[in-house]
Amino acid sequence: MSTLLEVSGVSVSFDGFKAINNLSFQIAERELRAVIGPNGAGKTTFMDIITGKTKPDEGRVIYGEKSVSLLKMSESKIAQAGVGRKFQRPTVFEDQSVFDNLMMALKKTRSPLAVLFFKPASEDNDKVAALAEQIGLSAALYRKSGELSHGQKQWLEIGMLLAQDPRLLLVDEPAAGMTPSEREHTTDILREAAKTRAVVVVEHDMEFVRRLNCKVTVLHEGSVLAEGSLDHVTKNQQVIEVYLGR
Amino acid sequence: MTDAALPRRQPIALRFPSVMIFLAILALFTVGVTILSEGFGIGVISTSFIKTLGKTLCLCLVALAMDLVWGYCGILSLGHMAFFGLGGYAIGMWLMYARTEIIVLESLSAAPLPPTPTEVSDGIASQIFGVVGASEFPPVWAFAHSLPLQLLAVVLVPGLLALVFGWLAFRSRVTGVYLSILTQAMTLALSLHLFQNDSGLRGNNGLSGLQNIPGLSDTPQSTVSIWFFWASAVALGLGYLLCAWVVSGKFGSVIRAIRDDEARVRFLGYPVEAFKLAIFTLTAVIAGIAGALYYPQAGIINPAEIAPIASIYLAVWVAIGGRGRLYGAVIGAAFVSLVSTWFTGGQAPDINLGFYTINWVDWWTVLLGVSFVCVTLFAPKGIGGLVDILIDRKSPSRHGADLGPDQGALREQEAEK
Ligand SMILES: Nc1ncnc2c1ncn2[C@@H]1O[C@H](COP(=O)(O)OP(=O)(O)OP(=O)(O)O)[C@@H](O)[C@H]1O
Ligand SMILES: [Mg+2]
Repeated sequence: MSTLLEVSGVSVSFDGFKAINNLSFQIAERELRAVIGPNGAGKTTFMDIITGKTKPDEGRVIYGEKSVSLLKMSESKIAQAGVGRKFQRPTVFEDQSVFDNLMMALKKTRSPLAVLFFKPASEDNDKVAALAEQIGLSAALYRKSGELSHGQKQWLEIGMLLAQDPRLLLVDEPAAGMTPSEREHTTDILREAAKTRAVVVVEHDMEFVRRLNCKVTVLHEGSVLAEGSLDHVTKNQQVIEVYLGR
Repeated sequence: MTDAALPRRQPIALRFPSVMIFLAILALFTVGVTILSEGFGIGVISTSFIKTLGKTLCLCLVALAMDLVWGYCGILSLGHMAFFGLGGYAIGMWLMYARTEIIVLESLSAAPLPPTPTEVSDGIASQIFGVVGASEFPPVWAFAHSLPLQLLAVVLVPGLLALVFGWLAFRSRVTGVYLSILTQAMTLALSLHLFQNDSGLRGNNGLSGLQNIPGLSDTPQSTVSIWFFWASAVALGLGYLLCAWVVSGKFGSVIRAIRDDEARVRFLGYPVEAFKLAIFTLTAVIAGIAGALYYPQAGIINPAEIAPIASIYLAVWVAIGGRGRLYGAVIGAAFVSLVSTWFTGGQAPDINLGFYTINWVDWWTVLLGVSFVCVTLFAPKGIGGLVDILIDRKSPSRHGADLGPDQGALREQEAEK
């Protein structure tokens, strides 16, 4: 499998505090990867760098078969290039309906003129309906998304990501605030998504990660501590120390 | 998944009943005023009040623009009255030029020799610029002789200024309060520039006599005022349709999303800055057109009209009317500006408290300020929120239960509309 994203030697500091320290990371096309690490390990900052929200002090971020550098691109250009992101705190547009949220996310030309003259074709409506079905929100399609429960908002956001049809999906703590059965459904969606694209999942919950059944990267103090199968990394002495305390 | 669950594409009028209702009310109002006017009807409404009503319609149009940029896109621009003023100056230049030309030609026709073009031009220049001690046309008047070119300027000057200003501001991601301050700075700089005599626009004298339309000297003001009233009503109707169309589809979805969380919109791949720039420029153009219709009815424009406070008033109108809904902006502008005319026109009876007399000409601003604070604190939906109360009566009450099935969902009281 060819490499889709390569992060090498990246460092970021906030007011002298090194949140990311010489981090290197690779993910192949159609790979599912879990990223774990204690609070403040730099997991969210890592996603901020890939999606262009934070510019690193040094290092390279190379993406796609044309090996473009993401560091010179704006957030919207990176998203258009096929990097989708789900935030830690669910951020859907609460004042708008589930339908509008999904329609906005649907992969289409993003320029103001194209958007102004956009009219949804029936296949667009079908796509939105199918997505709503997949995330279990068919019945709530015309409700304001602000009225949804926390778990439903998480799903809506995942649905919006799928609607974007990205090549690389970055998912920050998707299962926070979900019931056990909702969590199970979420793992199914993510594993399904990883069949057609690369998916990076940040999660605290070990059970959740175990169910994803994929390669795991452990972050600590801004760099990679260990990498491999879940069983492999949980046997690692350093990982045990970081997680359980000395 | 059945198709029945999907929205059918309905005509805009059916999807947005408020548009139809608004246009119907506007049409009725226009017909009613015409019937009561001096020029075309039974003469119950004086010509000066027709002009006030026509001007009010123009203010409603610029309030629509303000609502689009602020209420829908979240950009609190405190500079849109500058664009309004620029539209007024653009049309005012032609009005002054063309009328002065007629006067000059008349006076020169008495001379034995037919006047040369230079004589005519010098005559017009000294007539117009005598008050600021100049007698030559400044470069900005290069197109003043041509109505089509000045009409183009009505659209292009505010549009280009907004485009350049917006590009600089949005590109450097200036948002929120800082953007508001920047727009105020632009407005202040523009009005200070116009106050100078060598700005080429007659300094603090401004442009005057704009109510006299060239070539219509035989038509009484009572007729001209109705024409402008109609033009203003048509412009407001078309402006309302345009705004409703812009905010109705996916574009409206995106700009409301930008208002609520612009960072998130970027991660969806939308070029947020381009959208903001498009809205900022479009609304500046609407403001310019509104100004071009307003000032021929007002008769005079001077730099004080562009003062920063005017743009702040505009924001106050929209807030009082209810931002984020088009009819709210119209209601706010119409209500507050008409009430303001009443108070500042000295028609409101003074209140004698024995030890002090409240003179409304002075106290109106205070009253307006207090109402603004009260609306912001206690009725953030403004006057438009009353419509919600009327409509909500018909929908079933959930007795304040959670709207969502789970904890953490919005409660009924919190959910809007
Ligand atoms: N914009 C910022 N300014 C200053 N410090 C920051 C900023 N963003 C992150 N940090 C710091 O960088 C460190 C890494 O933060 P990050 O949010 O990436 O951690 P995380 O691994 O996502 O943690 P969690 O599991 O709690 O989500 C933290 O110590 C945080 O306080
Ligand atoms: Mg985090």
